[in-house]
Amino acid sequence: MEYQVDKRGFYGPYGGAYIPEMLHQNIEYLQQNYLDIINSEDFINEMNALLKDYVGRPTPLYFAKRLSQKYGYKIYLKREDLCHTGAHKVNNTIGQILLAKRLGKTRIIAETGAGQHGVATATVCALMDMKCIVYMGEVDIERQAPNVKRMRMLGAEVRPATSGSKTLKDATNEAMRDWIGNPNDTHYIIGSVVGPHPFPDMVARFQSIISEEIRWQLKEKEGKELPDYVMACVGGGSNAAGAFYHFLDEQTVKLIAVEAAGHGIHSGMSAATTILGKPGVLHGSKTLFMQTTDGQVVEPHSISAGLDYPGIGPIHAWLFESGRAQFMSATDDEALEAVMELSRLEGIIPALESAHALAKLKEINAPADSIVVVNLSGRGDKDLDTYIREFKNL
Amino acid sequence: MNRIQKLFQKKKDNILSIFITAGFPNIDSLPTILEALEESGVDMVEIGIPFSDPTADGPAIQYSNNVAIHNGMTLPHLFAQLKDIRKKISIPLVLMGYLNPPMQYGFDKFIDDAVACGIDGIILPDLPLDEYVISYQEKFNKNGLSNIFLITPQTSDLRIQTIDKESNGFIYVVSTNTITGGKVDFEDTQKEYFSRVKNLQLNNPALVGFGIRDKATFDIAAKYLNGAIIGTAFIKHIEAHPTRIKDAVKEFIEAIR
Repeated sequence: MEYQVDKRGFYGPYGGAYIPEMLHQNIEYLQQNYLDIINSEDFINEMNALLKDYVGRPTPLYFAKRLSQKYGYKIYLKREDLCHTGAHKVNNTIGQILLAKRLGKTRIIAETGAGQHGVATATVCALMDMKCIVYMGEVDIERQAPNVKRMRMLGAEVRPATSGSKTLKDATNEAMRDWIGNPNDTHYIIGSVVGPHPFPDMVARFQSIISEEIRWQLKEKEGKELPDYVMACVGGGSNAAGAFYHFLDEQTVKLIAVEAAGHGIHSGMSAATTILGKPGVLHGSKTLFMQTTDGQVVEPHSISAGLDYPGIGPIHAWLFESGRAQFMSATDDEALEAVMELSRLEGIIPALESAHALAKLKEINAPADSIVVVNLSGRGDKDLDTYIREFKNL
Repeated sequence: MNRIQKLFQKKKDNILSIFITAGFPNIDSLPTILEALEESGVDMVEIGIPFSDPTADGPAIQYSNNVAIHNGMTLPHLFAQLKDIRKKISIPLVLMGYLNPPMQYGFDKFIDDAVACGIDGIILPDLPLDEYVISYQEKFNKNGLSNIFLITPQTSDLRIQTIDKESNGFIYVVSTNTITGGKVDFEDTQKEYFSRVKNLQLNNPALVGFGIRDKATFDIAAKYLNGAIIGTAFIKHIEAHPTRIKDAVKEFIEAIR
């Protein structure tokens, strides 16, 4: 089975580039040139230097001893939370800003939900002296105020998306509208493995450094490159795509993707796309997303703004459909429990997104002493307001 | 030959096409608006299928989509509304929308039901050209349905010619790099672009859309190409006169003509 993107930009039946003609030229140019650019020696050298000295890679693969004792597996945490800006998002923005430079673009746009991708984009724009505009839903601007300030400190302009439900999907719509209006000087740094081909593949490649490192780090620690399980949370799915990437063809490695179940899968307040979604076309690709029978997009809910997206990237739709990855879901409450558990057992306060993956350690039913790698995609600083609100006894 | 092809056979200039979102401003407004448009001498109408996430549209059409969805407009409802429309309306009718609602309805059924209602053409801006040619063109042709493609100032001559070859209705010439309702100057850049399209001597007629908002902008477009499409400005006008739609339609068209 082929799990990578094919020549036409599809993962099985999912993916493609379903875009209006206004975006055709930019997308076609990217499709024809992205691989040559990102595989060139000069690009790789510049990217690796930045990932090492600026982002702080390689991030540690940390053996979580007390967590392991509790569950009876050997649990390793891939510490993406230690990346500069606090999450894996910067792996992609570094890659895309270097690409944008080589495309001769001078203006960067991005969408953001929780603000992590917006901050990671604003960061690399400051680094590369590029004009940066971040679209963010009006609702998210209110609930993620510190990240709005961070983006502004970094020199970005944060533009509120006031259409639709005023959250991540609407910020994505606004960014696409901006790109339609500014095709010549602007590159759109999409933050997840979503959007028209080649974005899902490009973002997955930039994030694949996560699984590349896991392989050699595990070899050092365990004498073998392959774990038994890799677990990651999925909103659009960029951290999961990166954590799974170099294990896709290793059938002994079980891949577990954890979606946000919100108040419960069938509560009407959920983001569990593989259970609630159907195939359709949204934001330029064919994929699974939550929608009405008439094909209108349904607004998701998750306590975690980073998982609050109605769809998943086409690679994940295919991993789900082909059975290559097992999809689970964690409720808001389960994620909060996992936040507290990791804080108390390991002295690491995780992001709410990453806590969804941690929350399913109790359900994977792995044989004792299995090696389980959990991608700790981000740190919890940005969620402190939520934690203060939810943990009443602090 | 469908009504679009017949129209362009007898009329080459000053074609006026109007875009209106189905279900806006009220769920049952469409038949009234269509009648008033035909009576006012409009040449063609594009009926918008509402979608929750219209990425190529500006605020006015986004708003009309939201209102229409809120009003309960769906494809089954739209086809029910259009079932007997050909008893009253004889100008060409085109359905325009994003790909997802027809996909969920079932694309074959969507085409069948559109044809049964007397629809002449379809515009799905996010349906890729190659996918249309591979998967749908045969069915369109068999049913005498025109698929209408967009081109923009960035579309290369070669691609415009390819699109022309696969088209049999008209070419939708997006005036500039913008979403619908954008401010377009219609200065030299647009005029050069319209001339470029004209000089390609395409097989299909070409109508300009995006930014056409009044007589002046309509006349510029019609001077270079076969006519123009008005959406946002019409929708804003209807929105401003919800209680007297029929008269509002006529006023608007008279001001353009």
